[in-house]
Amino acid sequence: MSGLIGKKIGMTSVYSADGQALACTVIEAGPCVVTQVKTDETDGYKAVQLGFGEKKEKHTTQPLVGHFKKAGTTPKRKLVEFKEFEEELNLGQALSVADVFGEGDFVDVVGTAKGRGFQGVVKRHGFAGVGGQTHGQHNRQRHPGSIGACSFPSRVFKGIRMAGRMGNNRVKVQNLKVLKVIPEQNLVVISGSVPGAKNSFVIIEK
Amino acid sequence: MKADKPSAGKSYNFTKTMTNELIKLVDAEFAGKRDSHPAFGAGDTISVHLKIIEGAKERIQVFTGTVIQRRNNGGNGETFTVRKISNGVGVERIIPILSPSIDKIEVIRRGKVRRARLFYLRGKQGKAARVKEKK
Repeated sequence: MSGLIGKKIGMTSVYSADGQALACTVIEAGPCVVTQVKTDETDGYKAVQLGFGEKKEKHTTQPLVGHFKKAGTTPKRKLVEFKEFEEELNLGQALSVADVFGEGDFVDVVGTAKGRGFQGVVKRHGFAGVGGQTHGQHNRQRHPGSIGACSFPSRVFKGIRMAGRMGNNRVKVQNLKVLKVIPEQNLVVISGSVPGAKNSFVIIEK
Repeated sequence: MKADKPSAGKSYNFTKTMTNELIKLVDAEFAGKRDSHPAFGAGDTISVHLKIIEGAKERIQVFTGTVIQRRNNGGNGETFTVRKISNGVGVERIIPILSPSIDKIEVIRRGKVRRARLFYLRGKQGKAARVKEKK
């Protein structure tokens, strides 16, 4: 697996040669810096840690300042580890978008979904609601209905889907096509939508 | 875009306009198509020459009608809606203005209207569904 860390810029649409309008997401991916190389000998597994986004040194903890110094780079905002990176990388090496992605590649994108707050079962789990507004219904159109039986088991089973906090969790969207790569501005245009708000960090895996 | 983008030690946050610039960059590839069409708006009667691909053959189909709205102005998703009466049945087509399927657009008549969206035409028939010509 190879990949990059990026920042979601926003959505627009592009047109394919046969006249199809395709919704797409623009992501500023990289340039990322290799901040650590993990090997079987030292760590027990193979991985590459990449850093993305600038950060002031006065906002960086001392242990991390040392970590970045070791890699010979400035402090980075976001660090992500990629297991079994396809290419051989050296400490401090810079990775740009053209090194990793090409037009027509299929990628997975990981992001943090927008937080929705406390939501009911209709929005959170896709329940259909009660259905009608007549036949005696007056105040329970979007209620969950029954959450269990009666004196047996006389409790509610664990994992019953109910209302609660929604969003703000890690979401991965698989198999999105790379429509375009613009190396000058480190942009990658990906078909479809990607989890998270604008300006949020996303991980693009290939 | 400014040349001194994230340099060492600088704060990462770009301004909002900077973000829009990057999207404009992606849009730029298709934006030229908009300028190649004549200017038109709601109330105008236009004929849209559309390329239809049937198997290996390509032919041109003309759709003539009144423009009842233009939406999402400026972006890649900009569309316009053309309405015509075909065999007594109202037909509307929503067409992306940057679509490669458009061969050309001809403005036949300029209409004088007082609003941007002419949805009131849907409820009218015959003489009542006319739009005054701009003199």
